[in-house]
Amino acid sequence: MGKTIAEKIFESHLVDRPTADTFVLRLDAVFCHEITTPIAINDLIARGKDRVFDPARIKAVIDHVTPAKDGKTATQGKILREWARRHGIQDFFDIGANGVCHALFPEKGFARPGYTIIMGDSHTCTHGAFGAFAAGVGTTDLEVGILKGVCAFRSPATIKITVNGAMPAGVYAKDVILSIIGRIGVNGATDKVIEFHGPAVGAMSMDERMTLCNMAVEAGATCGICPPDMTTVDYLWPFIKAEFVSPQAALAAYGRFLPDADAGYERIITHDISDLAPQVTFGFKPDQVKPVAEMAGTPLDQVYIGSCTNGRLEDLRVAAQVLRGRRIHPKVRGIVSPATPLIYSQALEEGIIATFMQAGFCVTNPTCGACLGMSNGVLAEGEVCAATTNRNFNGRMGKGAMVHLMSPATAAASALAGSIANSELYKE
Amino acid sequence: MKAFNGPVLFLDRSDINTDEIIPARYLTEISKEALRPHLLEDLSLEEFDPRADIAGKRVIVTRSNFGCGSSREHAPWALEVNGITVVIARSFARIFRQNMFNCGMLAIELPEESIEKLFSRFAGRPAEIAMDFQNSRLTVRSGEEEAVVPFVISDFDRKLVEAGGWVDFADTHYA
Repeated sequence: MGKTIAEKIFESHLVDRPTADTFVLRLDAVFCHEITTPIAINDLIARGKDRVFDPARIKAVIDHVTPAKDGKTATQGKILREWARRHGIQDFFDIGANGVCHALFPEKGFARPGYTIIMGDSHTCTHGAFGAFAAGVGTTDLEVGILKGVCAFRSPATIKITVNGAMPAGVYAKDVILSIIGRIGVNGATDKVIEFHGPAVGAMSMDERMTLCNMAVEAGATCGICPPDMTTVDYLWPFIKAEFVSPQAALAAYGRFLPDADAGYERIITHDISDLAPQVTFGFKPDQVKPVAEMAGTPLDQVYIGSCTNGRLEDLRVAAQVLRGRRIHPKVRGIVSPATPLIYSQALEEGIIATFMQAGFCVTNPTCGACLGMSNGVLAEGEVCAATTNRNFNGRMGKGAMVHLMSPATAAASALAGSIANSELYKE
Repeated sequence: MKAFNGPVLFLDRSDINTDEIIPARYLTEISKEALRPHLLEDLSLEEFDPRADIAGKRVIVTRSNFGCGSSREHAPWALEVNGITVVIARSFARIFRQNMFNCGMLAIELPEESIEKLFSRFAGRPAEIAMDFQNSRLTVRSGEEEAVVPFVISDFDRKLVEAGGWVDFADTHYA
């Protein structure tokens, strides 16, 4: 039987099989941020093993709470910063250069087809958009990754999801992934890798593929992977041009990570989006999904556009298109957080930031902040937020508050309406 | 190896996520001990009183997909500093389960009927678990009531528990 993408990556990175059900893989990259890494660093110091396996393969960023909001978050940043300096980690991104890890690292070319990547962050699955096997892990896995450059995984069993049809007006990658999670459930892909195929995925930009793969973990998946194609190569070209004579040569080389025609999948799902309507979550689980029409009119206190799911340039463009020349509802607080400094400066150049400000949005620096209720837009008890983020868990953005997940277009329209609304209402 | 015996806390709900186990607002702590008072603080479960219900418990018995969401190892740490070293569930989210074994703790998956039996016979009354790790079975007792439940964990997870966790295992196996 042929192999899936993850099976090929596992095969090419295998270091050890300590037991039949375990694959210890060599890591191409270990990503680090200031929330989950400091305890690993402190443990390594306590064990007398304050070393890194390869400073060039470790990438670190302060992104969750930045600028620091108090002494504790300042200390977390300090531990990461001093560790990066001590070990000569060149790719360390601090204030002024920092952004949301899963937007920043792709932008730097750190995710490549066929790579194995771990990070102490569940949304590491985002990098599967580049044809990588990228998995969120806990601090202990991260610690071993930093020290030894290896990580243990169970089998790379894969679910193939073929997305057919073209995206209807007002429907975006976020709606596609919400509809998939709604269909298979929050543990529909637990312990599995998802491969995303089909014409709808082939037509997606890298920004859209990152949105798609980002939320694979909300269905329990270890990683969401898109097969590398010319869109992938074009995005990565500035970073890989020294390695290949042409983009076509790069594509051919990456072809070794494409799945075989007779690859063995655990499950094959065909998902047609031709008639998909914009989606929104209700309740406290990301599989509690409904068409926006059924939730329309739900009053809002805050609208948040940003995060590793939907804080990229295309997301801001789409939202700005809805907002242009309009003002958000007076009862709604609008917050937009461009996910990286590059996205921020491009949005400035394109006039997107001006559009947001004229509409009445507060523009924050790049940070994870509000998405997980840590800073920059935490909600009060009883408040309701429309968010382009990835989790509507109880208390996620603030104790006793409700979060409705949606696309940037729907979020922008909802900010204008003051309640959940379809962006088609605001077509110029 | 850690100790795996003691009183049981029953959490009768599926999909309990890591934000409920330990909310993100406490992730600014850099000591595990600081997490202690905040375990399950945001859990949505009727009549659950974190302080009273957690006190003295050593084992959690719950439904499916326990530990979904964030990768934070603060979730198993928050359990551990409260003395809880075993979670028994229908199923776990991958990262949470791995984090438990990586810390040398136990995340035991049981079939639906076994979980149902534990809830129907023991939930709502004081129950204790005695773990026979070597022979992969546990005994639940409450007064005269007793049930012996066999369980399966992977060979690798068993090695991690015996080694005291992944850091120690990796240290002796990989350069």
